Amino acid sequence: MDGVQGFMYPNEVELQWSVLIVLYPFITGLVAGAFILASLERVFDVEAVKPTYRLALLTALAFMLVAPLPLQLHLGHPERSLEMYLTPHRTSAMAMFGFVYLWYLMAVLVVEIWLEYRREIVLAWQHASGVTRLAYGALALGSSNISPQALRVDDRVGRIVTIVGIPSAFLLHGYVGFIFGSLKSNPWWSTPMMPVVFLFSAIVSGIALVMLMYMAIAWYRRVPVDMRCLDTVARYLLYAFLIDFSLEMLDLVHRIYEADESFKTLDFMVHSRLFVSQIVLQIVLGTIVPIGLLALVQGGRMGEGARRAVYAAAGVLTLIGIFAMRWNVVIGGQLFSKSFLGYTTYKMEFATREGLGVSIVLLILPFVLLAGLVKLLPPWGRATIGR
Amino acid sequence: MAVADRREFLQHAGAFLLLTGTAAAAWEHVLAGQPESAPGYDASAHWWAWIIDVERCIGCGLCVKACKEENGVSLEPSYFRTWIERYEVDPDDPDHPHVTSPNGGYDGFPESTKPGVKTFFVPKLCNQCADSPCVQVCPVGATFQTPDGVVLVDKDYCLGCRYCVQACPYGCRFIDPETHTADKCTLCYHRITKGLKPACEEVCPTGARYLGDLKNPKDPIHEYLRTHKVHVLKPQMATHPKTFYNGLDGAVR
Repeated sequence: MDGVQGFMYPNEVELQWSVLIVLYPFITGLVAGAFILASLERVFDVEAVKPTYRLALLTALAFMLVAPLPLQLHLGHPERSLEMYLTPHRTSAMAMFGFVYLWYLMAVLVVEIWLEYRREIVLAWQHASGVTRLAYGALALGSSNISPQALRVDDRVGRIVTIVGIPSAFLLHGYVGFIFGSLKSNPWWSTPMMPVVFLFSAIVSGIALVMLMYMAIAWYRRVPVDMRCLDTVARYLLYAFLIDFSLEMLDLVHRIYEADESFKTLDFMVHSRLFVSQIVLQIVLGTIVPIGLLALVQGGRMGEGARRAVYAAAGVLTLIGIFAMRWNVVIGGQLFSKSFLGYTTYKMEFATREGLGVSIVLLILPFVLLAGLVKLLPPWGRATIGR
Repeated sequence: MAVADRREFLQHAGAFLLLTGTAAAAWEHVLAGQPESAPGYDASAHWWAWIIDVERCIGCGLCVKACKEENGVSLEPSYFRTWIERYEVDPDDPDHPHVTSPNGGYDGFPESTKPGVKTFFVPKLCNQCADSPCVQVCPVGATFQTPDGVVLVDKDYCLGCRYCVQACPYGCRFIDPETHTADKCTLCYHRITKGLKPACEEVCPTGARYLGDLKNPKDPIHEYLRTHKVHVLKPQMATHPKTFYNGLDGAVR
């Protein structure tokens, strides 16, 4: 059969989860990572990363709003998706998605952003006119109390929300890993390491994204980059990356040493069908090179321009590497037969509901949303809002 | 006084309408959860299990045809509720069997071109696991187990998320290209609840398949299980399949 090598159970020839399901963990990973970077400032008082705090929150929100779209588009019956909320099946890992998602979006992200911006929203409401006034009035939820006492309460509540938010962000992405890691039918997925690896790769991708966004926005606004901030963010990226890489290597070494019944099949897959995406893109270009680049900065005395260039290169490579990692998990997990006797091929289409075209749109969409959010709630300068 | 009466009447009428509406909606849900009507069939009085006799299967493919016809399964070659695999096992290299299933065995098999190897056919179908991973993972409970131990899919409820397809270790599920919902062997539930045999068993010329009722003490399945050395597929998955194979070679997976 076309694209099949060896033997697949007949029903396995066609892949079940497409590139859209690759996007899902990629996007939620960016959300969780961006939020965790934001909470560094808020909870752990890392003053240096403060310039990225609001940007990280808005980035998390923009990507969070897009996160369910690939799932929705992928369903055979998108119109029934509400049933997951109304009649969730208690034993299903997937049934919890809606609740984890809503909790994180409504109880953490939206509340934290609102508390952070409330003072400026109220000021904009009081000083703007026309539609803008209405919009900020709605955002202020009709309350104009910005007395020092009220702001102190905001701050205290905001801190609590962030503290609740950190385990929530861990839950959000660890949970995505659990969806894959808990399937005993699939040896490529089935490992308790999966949620942990997903979580740390999420942190890596989120930090890399916010770092890149911070540089891009500074360049666009023609304002100097706060190098102390950038250096600190890059250092956190390196630390997170080292943990992530160690975990992935632990998983790999464990698989190689244990060499269970699936090993030869998976090993052959990694060296053939996944060679480019796993070895080249994920491990070499997407992990070892950026770790090397980031480590280089730590050791040497590099000029500001050179550091920025290194950070930009490392950031882009990191995002490519993490995307490749999601690809290798989701698509790789479906390329071999559960009989361990053969392999199939993933044929990505372009202009279909689950094709490349839609994926590109879904990857651009969060940036469009972010542009809107940044306009509505500028992350810089407290005086610019509403103008 | 008249005003008070009117208010009371409206209150009672409102409550009545509200409650009957709710009750009607609830009743609809109760009905939706009922299996197809089968008068006289008591689901809790049965517990179905397959005997598949590998020694008897000749790979003719009639079962595959009958299944597709009976259940309206797509004729495309990647959708099967049941299919047949041919194993060709080199006795010196049993870990690397040569396995084929051209069009699921729908048209039978070409003659084997490998001399000196052990050749046999293995019919495959949903194992009707007692601890089904597919039932476990369904996010809305559209896949469920009936009181007689059959794993079924409620097509009016399935989201088409495909998690169950991923969770099945045996490759027995697929997404119906017409309905975009999960599909699999139902044991021909519409037939067995009327006292008939599943279509594949009905047409098998060699009697390689037998669906028995473990709750019926008079069913010959008990005698068969007592006198034969049977095995299930992938026992290490701990899904506790209710499909027992007689004469299953260790090379089969």
